[in-house]
Amino acid sequence: MSLDQNAEIELRLLIDAIYLKYSYDFRDYSGASVKRRVNHALRQFDCPTISALQERVLHDPAAFMQLLQFLTIPVSEMFRDPSHFLAIRQEVVPLLRTYPSIKIWIAGCSTGEEVYSMAILLREEGLLERTIIYATDINPSSLEKAKQGIFSMENVRAYTENYQKAGGQRAFSDYYTAAYDYAIFDKSLRENVTFADHSLATDSVFSETQLVSCRNVLIYFNKKLQDRAFGLFHDSLSHRGFLVLGSKETLDFSAYSNKFESFVKPERIYRKS
Amino acid sequence: MKTRFDATETSDAPLPRAAAIVVGASAGGVEALLKIFSTIKVGFRLPILTVLHIPDERRSHLASVFQARLPIPVKEADDKEDIVPGTLYFAGPGYHLSVESDLSLSLSQEDRVFHSRPSIDILFDSAADAYGKRLVGILLTGANNDGAHGLSRIKRAGGFTIVQDPAQAQARTMPEAALALHEPDYLLPLNDIGQLLAELERIAC
Repeated sequence: MSLDQNAEIELRLLIDAIYLKYSYDFRDYSGASVKRRVNHALRQFDCPTISALQERVLHDPAAFMQLLQFLTIPVSEMFRDPSHFLAIRQEVVPLLRTYPSIKIWIAGCSTGEEVYSMAILLREEGLLERTIIYATDINPSSLEKAKQGIFSMENVRAYTENYQKAGGQRAFSDYYTAAYDYAIFDKSLRENVTFADHSLATDSVFSETQLVSCRNVLIYFNKKLQDRAFGLFHDSLSHRGFLVLGSKETLDFSAYSNKFESFVKPERIYRKS
Repeated sequence: MKTRFDATETSDAPLPRAAAIVVGASAGGVEALLKIFSTIKVGFRLPILTVLHIPDERRSHLASVFQARLPIPVKEADDKEDIVPGTLYFAGPGYHLSVESDLSLSLSQEDRVFHSRPSIDILFDSAADAYGKRLVGILLTGANNDGAHGLSRIKRAGGFTIVQDPAQAQARTMPEAALALHEPDYLLPLNDIGQLLAELERIAC
């Protein structure tokens, strides 16, 4: 048991050290998942203890950037939960259409799958040209990948099925060029996309938006940090703006539950009240 | 390691005072779970957290299937909800389920473990951290190795472990993998696991 106790202490010290040195704030992330990821990193870094890992990342910024890849979870897919995107297309788009110009914030965009999905949907609905998308994440490597818009062909096959179920109107292959085992997505999709480094834990609101999409990000936060994020989304959204969450995320138990109403409940689409 | 359980016999090794039960199962798991949970009576006070490997579809009917047959609340686990005693939780499809140190639940989408998300190992590891010696882990039938490591982790953290007898399991790989890693407190057929579950609950609170 004492080994485990040491590990708890070392984990807290590591997270504090990362915050003090690099300003990345994982202090209010869900503990169980952070612990698993740090343990996974220990094996990859070949460090016997979390203290050893701490010494390494404290003195070597490059090692920290490597560790950051373990601490963030780049699990995503295009048109993930197709019925969610179908609901955006059918229920939300008709209302977005009433705005002369639209701003959308995709918070925690990871490697860009949600961004390209949203851009494709908006293009098919004729709205992409008058939309600005802010795609933010804390992980610079993920943002770099998102900017490139290159995804493995193996995954794109699954995305194609999602796209069709999500009400896609064309052949999915119209949006990318296949090269070897990769699909290079049409760069015009990201003409109006601004990719930026932004932390829901430490940064503030940067723009007024009509829709915020933050999916499968908040599950990694504790309630306190979830509430901080909800506060940012609330402040960013214009009157009657939309907030869309992941399929297992909810506003119901947060401090902001009475500031939003359910718009399409099973799809976790909310509207600022 | 004991290979039978009879609540009417007094035992030299007393049962622990548990605070929670975690259960893992894969192939053949629905039947096995229905059998071990059949001893649960109204007023059962321990929380039970269950990972049954299921296809990656968006909605699962597990909770409603078990709710129709059990006299305690059954639900799919939600992110950040507090664990309520006397409730049976199932991990939903596509997300790992963890227990946090404040005894709330959290979901995550890290890589699959043995091709599975939810993973039994992830539930068992995190519950061992949160409950320590007050945890009971049960591993049942299954055709892969998920859960074996997590169950041995529960034992190392001072908890109590039960493995379904592989000879009587619909798929023996999973209980055999568990036995290869550690010696559980009990190796039992399903009927005995059900009786033991009831006895653990009786002495728990």
